[in-house]
Amino acid sequence: MKKFFSRFQGSFYMFVESVRMSVNNIMQNKLRSFLTILGILIGVAAVIALITTISGVSNSISDSFTSMGAGTMTLTITGTELKTGLEEEDMQAIAALDHVEGVCPSITLTSTITVGDVSDSYTVSGKNDYFFVQTPDAVERGRNFSRIDTDSQNRVCLISAGLVNSHFYGVDPLGRTLYLDNRDFTVVGVLSEDDDLSLSTLFTGAPDVYIPYSTALKLSGLTSVNSLTLYIDDIESADIVEAELEVLLDPLFNYEDDVYSINSMESIGDTMEEMMGMMSMLLAGIASIALVVGGIGIMNMMLTSVTERTVEIGLKKAIGAEPGQIQLQFLIESFLLSIAGGIAGIILGLILSATLCNIMSIKFTISYGAIALGVGFSAAVGIIFGWSPARKASRLSPIDALRRM
Amino acid sequence: MTNMDNSNVFFRMTDIIKQYPMGEEVSTVLKGINLSIEEGEYLSVLGPSGSGKSTLMNIIGCLDLATSGEYILHGQRVNDLDEKELSRIRSREIGFIFQNSQMLPLLDAQKNVELPLIYAGVRPKERRERAAEMLQHVGLGDRMHHYPNQLSGGQQQRVAIARALVTRPTLLLADEPTGALDQKMGRQIMELFQQLSDGGHTIIMITHDLNIAKHARRVVHIIDGELTEGEAMQA
Repeated sequence: MKKFFSRFQGSFYMFVESVRMSVNNIMQNKLRSFLTILGILIGVAAVIALITTISGVSNSISDSFTSMGAGTMTLTITGTELKTGLEEEDMQAIAALDHVEGVCPSITLTSTITVGDVSDSYTVSGKNDYFFVQTPDAVERGRNFSRIDTDSQNRVCLISAGLVNSHFYGVDPLGRTLYLDNRDFTVVGVLSEDDDLSLSTLFTGAPDVYIPYSTALKLSGLTSVNSLTLYIDDIESADIVEAELEVLLDPLFNYEDDVYSINSMESIGDTMEEMMGMMSMLLAGIASIALVVGGIGIMNMMLTSVTERTVEIGLKKAIGAEPGQIQLQFLIESFLLSIAGGIAGIILGLILSATLCNIMSIKFTISYGAIALGVGFSAAVGIIFGWSPARKASRLSPIDALRRM
Repeated sequence: MTNMDNSNVFFRMTDIIKQYPMGEEVSTVLKGINLSIEEGEYLSVLGPSGSGKSTLMNIIGCLDLATSGEYILHGQRVNDLDEKELSRIRSREIGFIFQNSQMLPLLDAQKNVELPLIYAGVRPKERRERAAEMLQHVGLGDRMHHYPNQLSGGQQQRVAIARALVTRPTLLLADEPTGALDQKMGRQIMELFQQLSDGGHTIIMITHDLNIAKHARRVVHIIDGELTEGEAMQA
């Protein structure tokens, strides 16, 4: 046991000296060592920059997705000839489901708004009283819709700050009248300026006028609602609610296929994230070709080095170095070269990625997984591509080596 | 080591034959060498180039194995060992001194001398002390941290001798130790060898130069792969 321990200790001292000699050798040929590790450096930098940047982009996208639709699901009805959409009692039934806190229909119209003698075409959205309850900050002044408004199809509206600026400049719009397709509506509320709150407004822009959905139905001549937003208690309940909806809706639409679809922001976000993940893997895969090229560079340099140092190897063998000790020395050298390239590459990659994120104004987060990947990859490259040169060195015959003296 | 009667044998070569393949034919470089050495002897092997003396040195130094015959060093049969075991024997039993001192250029004198001890797994403190002691012994106590390019040829050869001695080997094996030196430096190295011999070290020196060979107490000639005892120092 004691003998074993002292053998182990001896190997450790030898190892430390081998590291020192390797560092000496690497530092002796600074330019050559640098050029050798350049391949690894570029490869690791590319992988790190890609992974970190893409994960930043993907995080920011999924963040905005979840913030847009935190805890909401969207039900879209195509309907059948017999039943074209949801009626009031259907919506009440859905609102009464477990985990559902409330529902809000959406009816989108394009109407001509006239104030005084100025007329323009605007997007008008029909909602119920629950809509602004979810985002109380959205109503800056005045009031939200009430239950009475929706029940009695009152001609009241909430208007955007933009509309206030263009049509009610300098006057208080509250209580004023605007004409929507020649029908008079009373302005009861003004929305705050940064009112971008739902996915449905992401591509079209936020509507400028909100009216009770029942009023919108009457205006448009529709009898039922085709789009319904469900507010659920927790994102995790989305699957349960989806199952409940199917049980409820299938009988209503005679068990026909493809008459409605259910989406949650969660699921869209998940899909996006998955796609981003696949893309980053793909790009990282392409970038890792550079790592292989870098590895070949290291192998080439190590083979040259073995040839150059034939005499040194022969001498070390003559004075008692075992083949394994020679092999270890060269492996340490290629490992150190490669890991130095890897660390430099990680730093460069992070700088690149931070710069890119800054340009795209995305939050930059250091991915420890990517760093571990970079270190692991470069270590593996050093050992794999250093193996054969080190083996070659360890097998050199000391006689042949010393004959060159 | 399997034979009990080997254990007291210090150095014995019996019928050593070394052959190399030369295309279709086989060239026999050593044609049955018989050589015994006592502990503390100072022997030189004298022979012209091509006589097989380098091959003999390689076999004595456990760098190469004989094709046939028996070689016992310090009680151990050296035949049939693998490369790792040969390294161990070189590390423990042999101190090499080459024609060109062959210091590693990136290491200072002390580190060069420490090198064999590094591979033998000696602890750093002991390593440094022993290297310093050996450098003082060969008269380089004041140049321990000089690098090879700061040392003369003779000084480098002294470093090589210190490196050979530092493992306390059974046998000092020198191959043309003065070959690369001028006469004055060569003489100094020979004086050092004399001191080492007087101090009880066993030395085998291989040379083609009779004037150098003469320094040894016993001279053997090698000509065309065969060994004959030299007449001058005989009896």
